[in-house]
Amino acid sequence: MTPFDNAQGRPRDFPVIFDFSVPGRVGSSYPNPDVPDTPLEQLIPASQLRKEPAALPEVSELDVVRHYTRLSHRNFSIDEGFYPLGSCTMKYNPKIHEDAARLAGFARLHPYAPAEGAQGALRLICELEELLAEISGMDRVTFQPAAGAHGELTGLLMIRAYFETRGERRTKVIVPDSAHGTNPATAAMVGYQVVTVKSDARGNMDVRALREAMDGSVAAIMLTNPNTLGLFEEPILDVEEIVHRAGGQLYLDGANFNAVLGVTRPGDQGFDVMHMNLHKTFTTPHGGGGPGAGAVGVKAHLAPFLPVPVIERDGERFRLDDQRPQSIGKIRAFYGNFGNLVRAYAYIRSMGADGLRQVAETAVLNANYLLARLRSRFDLPYDRLCKHEFVLSGARQKRQHGVATRDMAKRILDYGFHAPTIYFPLIVEEAIMIEPTETESKRTLDEFADAMLAIAREAQDDPEVVKTAPHSTPVKRLDEVRAARQPDLRWKPR
Amino acid sequence: MYPKDLRYSSEHEWVRVEGGRVRVGITRFAADRLTDVVFVELPAAGAKVTFMQPFGVVESVKAVSDLYAPLSGTVVEVNPALVDSPEVVNSDPYGKGWMIVVQPDDLRELERLMPVDQYVVAIGEAAP
Ligand SMILES: Cc1ncc(COP(=O)(O)O)c(C=O)c1O
Repeated sequence: MTPFDNAQGRPRDFPVIFDFSVPGRVGSSYPNPDVPDTPLEQLIPASQLRKEPAALPEVSELDVVRHYTRLSHRNFSIDEGFYPLGSCTMKYNPKIHEDAARLAGFARLHPYAPAEGAQGALRLICELEELLAEISGMDRVTFQPAAGAHGELTGLLMIRAYFETRGERRTKVIVPDSAHGTNPATAAMVGYQVVTVKSDARGNMDVRALREAMDGSVAAIMLTNPNTLGLFEEPILDVEEIVHRAGGQLYLDGANFNAVLGVTRPGDQGFDVMHMNLHKTFTTPHGGGGPGAGAVGVKAHLAPFLPVPVIERDGERFRLDDQRPQSIGKIRAFYGNFGNLVRAYAYIRSMGADGLRQVAETAVLNANYLLARLRSRFDLPYDRLCKHEFVLSGARQKRQHGVATRDMAKRILDYGFHAPTIYFPLIVEEAIMIEPTETESKRTLDEFADAMLAIAREAQDDPEVVKTAPHSTPVKRLDEVRAARQPDLRWKPR
Repeated sequence: MYPKDLRYSSEHEWVRVEGGRVRVGITRFAADRLTDVVFVELPAAGAKVTFMQPFGVVESVKAVSDLYAPLSGTVVEVNPALVDSPEVVNSDPYGKGWMIVVQPDDLRELERLMPVDQYVVAIGEAAP
C-alpha cells in the first residue's frame, strides 16, 4: 500500500481512484466480435473525436468495488446513527420501500413505454397525486420537480404564468427573513424582486410589516409553516387575508410538512401552491444531493399551468395529457424521479391516515422533549412550544468561553452523532437547529441530550477540547476557510 | 472598533465622506458576525446603486449576505484587492477592506445614516 502519498500531499489513507491506476489494466475484457469491426472514425465525425485518449483510471473491477466500498465506510448515514439536521427532516427510510421500488414492473419499465404498456406505473402516480392532494388540501399535484428548490421554481413559474394570462404585471415576491435561502434565490431566478419582511419577537412573520409591504405589485409571498424556527406561524389566517385581498398568491415552502401531517392542511389555510419534499416528509432517500422528489400541489385556478404531461384518469385507464396550452412546459425529463414516487406511495399506504397523524405528533413530542432537556444550558431566543424542530443559540458559550457553535457541532461528532444544522436560520446568532424526527427512541434522544449537555460543560471547564474537535474522526478539523478561498476541485496527474 | 468619523447604516455598512464622494465598506460588527469572508461580489464601476437596496453579496464560511447601499448614486471605484484577498474585510474592515466608492446623487442622504454613538447602541455594544 505505497502509492498513496502523492505530490499533492493527500493523506495516505485517502487515495483517489487514479492512485490505483496501472497502465493497460481493464475492468472487463470482451471476446473478439464475430461481426466485421467498423473503425470509430467511420462512425463518428472527426470533429467529435478526441485527439488524445481520456485520462481515465485503468483499474480492475475489484479495485473499483474495494475503493468505493472503503469510502462508503467513511460516510455517516441515518442507518448508522442519530442525524438531527434541522430543516432537513433526515428521517429513517423504511427498507420495505426498497422492495417496492425494485419490483421489476417499476424498476425495469422503459421511460418511453407507451401509456398502454405502463398502466401500473401511471396508476401509481395518479393515486399518489390523489393521496397527496387529500393530505395537503390542494387540488392537483405534479411530480416532475427533482427537489424542493426545483419545486419552488415550478411553483413560481406557474404563479408568473397565472398573472401573465390575467394581464397583471406584478414584480415582487415577499420572503420572511427566517426563510431558507432557496426561497429568495427562486424568486430572483423567476425574475422577481425580493422583498424581505422581518420576523417579530415571537418568531412569527411580522403582520404589520407585511401589511406595509403588500400591494398590487406583489405576486406572491413565500412562507414556510411551521417556519424555520420550528414555530407555527400563528398569524397565518391574517397573512392569508392580507395577501389575497391584494390579489397576491400564497406559496408554502412545505419542507416542514412533517410537523403537521394529518393535523392541518395547507390548502385549508389558504395556500395556493406548495411544494412537498418527498425526500423529507415521505421517507424517500435524502442526502448525497439526490435524486430527490419535490412534488408541487396547486389549487384549481393554477392547474392549467402545471408542467406537462399531466396524468389523467379515465375510470380504470390512465393516460398522459400533453395538450395543455397554458402549461409552463416541461421542467424535468419524463415524470420526475419515479423510483422515489414508488417509495412515497409505499410509505403513505403503509402508514395510513392515522399513522401519518401519529408521525407528526411524535415528531413534535420528540422535539419538545429534547428542547426541555437542553434549554437550561443553552440560550433559547424564541421560547415557545416548538413543532418538529427548535433553534437554540450558542451565544452564551461564545461570549463566556470563546467556544463557537461551530466548535460544539464538531465536538458532537466525537460523541458519535451527526451535527445539527448550524448558523441557520440567519436571524438567530450562533444558531443550533435540531430536528430529531419521529423515529427516534427516548433512549437515543437521551443519549444525544446527554452529549450536548456534556459539551456545554466542556465549553466551560475545558474549552480547548471543544475548540480543537473533532478528535476521533478520520480527518480532524478541516480548513474551511482555505477550502473556500482556494478550492482544489479536481485531481491532476502528477 | 467603530471610527467616529464614519456614518453607519442599519445593515452594517459604513460610509466615509471623501470630498464629494463616499467610500463604503462593512463594519467590524458585520465582519465578526460573518466570520471569515471568502468571497465578495461587487458591481462594476458605472453601476447605479439605490439607498438600502442590495448592491453586492458577501460570502463567508457561515453565510451569504446582501450588501445594502447606504446612499443612492453611481459606483466610481471598486476595490480590486477583494477578488484575491477577501480576508482583508475581516482584518481591516475600515481600511484595506473597503468595497466601493460612490458618487452620491445627493449627499444629504447621509443624514439618514447613524452617527457612531447611535450605531453602537443599535448593535448592543453601548447602553442607550
Ligand atoms: C425550509 C426549506 N426550504 C427549502 C429547502 C430546499 O429543499 P431541497 O433541498 O429539497 O431542494 C430546504 C432544504 O433543506 C428547506 O429546509
